Amino acid sequence: MEKIMELRNIDKIYGTQIQTQVLYDINLSFEQGSFNSIIGQSGSGKSTLLNIMGTLDRPTNGQVLIKGIPANEMTENELADLRNTSIGFVFQFHYLLPEFTAIENVLMPFQIQTGKITKEIRNKAEEYMDLVGLSQVRNNPSSKMSGGQQQRTAIARALINRPSIILADEPTGNLDSDSTETIYELMRDINQKLGTTFIIITHDRRIAEKADRIVEIKDGRINLDIRK
Amino acid sequence: MRLGFKIAVRFLKSNLGQTFLIVLGIAIGVSVQIFIGSLIQGLQKSLIDKTIGNSAHITVLSAEEEEETENQEIIEDYDLLYQEILGINAKIEDAVVVADYPAVLEYEEDSQSVLVRGFDLAQAEAIYEFSDRLVEGRIPKETDEVMLGIDLKDKYKLKVGDFVTLITNKGNVDEFIVSGFFDLKVSSVNKTWAVTTLKSSENLFGLDRTITSIEIQLAEANVFDADLVADQIRQTLGAEYEIEDWKSQNEQLLSGLSGQSISSIMIQVFVLISVVLGIASVLAITVMQKSRQLGILKAMGIKNSAASYIFLFEGFLLGILGAILGIAFGLGLAYSFTKFAINPDGTPVIALFISPSFIAGSGVIAVVASVLAALVPAIRSSKLNPIDIIRNN
Repeated sequence: MEKIMELRNIDKIYGTQIQTQVLYDINLSFEQGSFNSIIGQSGSGKSTLLNIMGTLDRPTNGQVLIKGIPANEMTENELADLRNTSIGFVFQFHYLLPEFTAIENVLMPFQIQTGKITKEIRNKAEEYMDLVGLSQVRNNPSSKMSGGQQQRTAIARALINRPSIILADEPTGNLDSDSTETIYELMRDINQKLGTTFIIITHDRRIAEKADRIVEIKDGRINLDIRK
Repeated sequence: MRLGFKIAVRFLKSNLGQTFLIVLGIAIGVSVQIFIGSLIQGLQKSLIDKTIGNSAHITVLSAEEEEETENQEIIEDYDLLYQEILGINAKIEDAVVVADYPAVLEYEEDSQSVLVRGFDLAQAEAIYEFSDRLVEGRIPKETDEVMLGIDLKDKYKLKVGDFVTLITNKGNVDEFIVSGFFDLKVSSVNKTWAVTTLKSSENLFGLDRTITSIEIQLAEANVFDADLVADQIRQTLGAEYEIEDWKSQNEQLLSGLSGQSISSIMIQVFVLISVVLGIASVLAITVMQKSRQLGILKAMGIKNSAASYIFLFEGFLLGILGAILGIAFGLGLAYSFTKFAINPDGTPVIALFISPSFIAGSGVIAVVASVLAALVPAIRSSKLNPIDIIRNN
């Protein structure tokens, strides 16, 4: 399988006067179409790792290659483009824009890319809203939706530009167990139907065990790497 | 750009109270600017109008002393000179030939000195508008008719049709019929002028085809070029003539006016600065309020430039709304001022000068200032790093 995301010798040090090293020489790669989970305790550095993979943060040393292209050689605008077209984010606190309706939030990454909304993309957005089971509430203001609904909207939004990778940071961290179940089934479903690569950070070992691969981070180092 | 605009509109709509407050702030600034500007412009216009509305802007006099008659320098054969003057500059709207001589006016037992002003009265209409200024009677037509100032009527209990006697310095005496009374709104003029036809004046003083000066009127828009036009006339006509213009004769008024203009501009500049500071600070807070949204947008791949457009558009939209509301307020204020601050006779204390170009200009300045005020927040939002927002939550 082709490597879609590759991390080479990643170090991350925060602070200038008091330096805290969060990641130590991480080497990791993910294959296209795979469904991966990253587990680890709070403060182990897993979120930092995900942010570095998503080009939101830059590593202190080392290289991130996305589809074989080194991210550190890209300009800010190129990185923005890359995030827009190739990476979908799902965060723990769902991060929808409260000023927009659910479907407008879903369409936002496409609008960032092209500036306008076509009929085709609107149909596609409605399809994704259907896929995440929200076609009834798609025109509700995003701030008026429940946590589970917001998270599913965030997943539909992550899908709209058909990215090759979806990075999710504890997407069910503040949801009840029923919603958690729904969200995971949904992501697994998308992974199988659309062939999207998923890299998911989770606390929940039960959930992690459903993934094809489990990577455990401990104190900034890879402690475990299990493939099924 | 389009997305930036759309997001800006949503951001403004999502916090209507705050949006309304900024718009109100801009609107009050714009309305004060429009009101003060219109007030000062109106004040200056009416002052200038009162000062030079009914007097010559430039006067051409003879400078040759040997031709002195009746203690006055005279100009003979003035037709050519008159035509020449009209052709000197396109800004010259009209010119009037005048034969001015001092005389003594006698009525019954009373007498006083007056200035006999012989005009071609049809020509003089351009400057003095006697037909409008006439209070009683009519403008002199025949020789031996004279029109006096309204103050003389009251002083000597004169009536239209009364006979008065005019005596020149040389002792020439002639009887005139009072054809009417005028009011030029200047007391010294109303007390001392005796206006008659050019022919009557010539007869009285025994001078044929002789005048004392040519008075020049400029088009209204060019009154402030009087000194420049006067210079040009001086150069064209040479040292034979003495040229006077209203600006050199009213230096105090002019310095008063320019002081007033400067203070008006100062007020407007400070109002503008306070408006800009107000918008800039509120928008800076908005960037803080919306930093979470900006972080999400950046994570989703919005470019820094597009993120900064959001706030530039916010500034632009606030400026447009504020300018429209401010112009409405300003005009309303101006209207109520002319309705409530009135003289006993019902005319406004100060006639405001409502200039569409000034108002449009104030509006445009407000919009430009709002966009400029949005520049700092726009730069801040473009520099905002999404990781700071994502990590902190």
